[in-house]
Amino acid sequence: MNSAATRPELRDPAWLGRVFWLLAALVLLWPLTVATEFRPWVLLEPANLRISGRFIGSFFPPVLNGEFLAMVLRETWRTVAIATAGITLALVIAVPMALLSVRVLSISALPGRMARGPFWCRQVVRWTLMVLRSVPELVWALVFVRVVGLGPTAGVLAIALTYGGMLGKVYAEILESGETQPTETLLRNGSGRLQAFFYGLLPQNAAELSSYTVYRWECAIRSSVVLGFVGAGGLGQQLDVSMKMFNGGEVATMLLVFIALVALADRVSAGLRRGLG
Amino acid sequence: MKPDAANLPYRLPPKMFDARCRACWFAAGLLVLIGASFWSLDLQWMQFLSLDAARSMGRFIGEFFPPDLSAPFVKKVAIGAAETLAMSLLGTLLAAAAGLALALPASRLHDGARARARAPTRLLLNALRAIPELVWAALLLISAGLGPFAGTLALALHTTGVLGRLFAESIENAPPGPAFALRAQGVGPLRVFCYATLPQVLPQLMSYTLYRWENNIRAAAVLGVVGAGGLGALLSFHMGLFQMGKTATILAAMLLMVAFVDGLSYAARRWMTR
Repeated sequence: MNSAATRPELRDPAWLGRVFWLLAALVLLWPLTVATEFRPWVLLEPANLRISGRFIGSFFPPVLNGEFLAMVLRETWRTVAIATAGITLALVIAVPMALLSVRVLSISALPGRMARGPFWCRQVVRWTLMVLRSVPELVWALVFVRVVGLGPTAGVLAIALTYGGMLGKVYAEILESGETQPTETLLRNGSGRLQAFFYGLLPQNAAELSSYTVYRWECAIRSSVVLGFVGAGGLGQQLDVSMKMFNGGEVATMLLVFIALVALADRVSAGLRRGLG
Repeated sequence: MKPDAANLPYRLPPKMFDARCRACWFAAGLLVLIGASFWSLDLQWMQFLSLDAARSMGRFIGEFFPPDLSAPFVKKVAIGAAETLAMSLLGTLLAAAAGLALALPASRLHDGARARARAPTRLLLNALRAIPELVWAALLLISAGLGPFAGTLALALHTTGVLGRLFAESIENAPPGPAFALRAQGVGPLRVFCYATLPQVLPQLMSYTLYRWENNIRAAAVLGVVGAGGLGALLSFHMGLFQMGKTATILAAMLLMVAFVDGLSYAARRWMTR
């Protein structure tokens, strides 16, 4: 370390600027720490330390009796099922909306400008998709829990709406980003829009579309756990219950199962995506 | 090798289901998974699609209007939104620092490195990443108490897992030339990293961090539902009291914030790729 002091060629020529910007950033950070009540020493207060120590201590040993494990397994399946059903319904929303909003499939846009009617139709579909996906799925779930009551229905609907919005938008983007020449040629020669889609647009984008869908399924599994916290059933709900009862052993088991589930979904989706190319 | 027949024998079209066709098995498995999902969940469509539900849904939506736009409440919502932004920004910054600190042991810096810490650090990063922010927040409430602090830490922990792994990957994929040149001169590993590897990967690390910040703004808005501060805390509080006018204002604020961030990131991406 002392070599820098004795050998000027090893000294950093820009150190003054670096130190200045570091200090400036720290000054700018100050209001943030006030706004978020950022007080790490709270974690180290003796009373708090005792409570968290007891809670973390109760993680060991994890609860492993048969009855509890069976329950966890059942709830894990429910979590996966909510995600799968939600994604299926999301596809029902997303595919028609994406087809409606793709610009490439517009016949009136072939000579140049799109006619006014189709233009506004596409715009309305795009705005609908945007509203669907900008409401977080947790908020949808909170709303639906009020309407249909506690249970998986609220979770499935929440995932269907948010992911419908996301998938619809991304599908449209993928379809428009590819080569549009074949589709245009088909349309110019008088094929219908669906024919142009199936023979021109779909074949070249199929792999990307399905790999994105698989990736979103993986995300949906993660969010269906979170939805359990507002009463949509599945692993999240049991986790919430055990946490409120300070039952560390059960929490530990469920966290481990959850990590395993996410890792498995990760692996499956990576494998599928590699297979799709 | 048989010579080609003069008249090709008529072939039957391929069978619909071939035991060797992997795509068929995959499609069948997918259908079974979807069917089993719908069958095993006791979905109450009747309850949802009935006239009664439609009426209660209509009443529910009707209660949102008029939204509460009185000055003191709007001010409260604005403070909540600012808190959400601060939570997401600080959480992301903490995560970027921690992610970089963990990415170093999680990556093989050069081919000769033993990188003994690589596997355990990656395991830790995966565990951090696997648990969603909301679950972290619920866990942290016990030791950090109700409020935005727990939310900030929760965002930071989850994002550390995500960023740490992305950072490690980009550090490992950086061109090895400059680092090799410095190492061959006998420069220590810390300085090799600071002056050869880091400048090369810094733009990528910045763009990952910005992308996660965008995600975290959205996540921070709902973290409050479990009691971790921000707009979500206001939402669950007023929704719990059935004050629908106020709930509508908060929902509108959330929508505006998310749409604003979306638009901003879209514009930034357009500007950067142009």
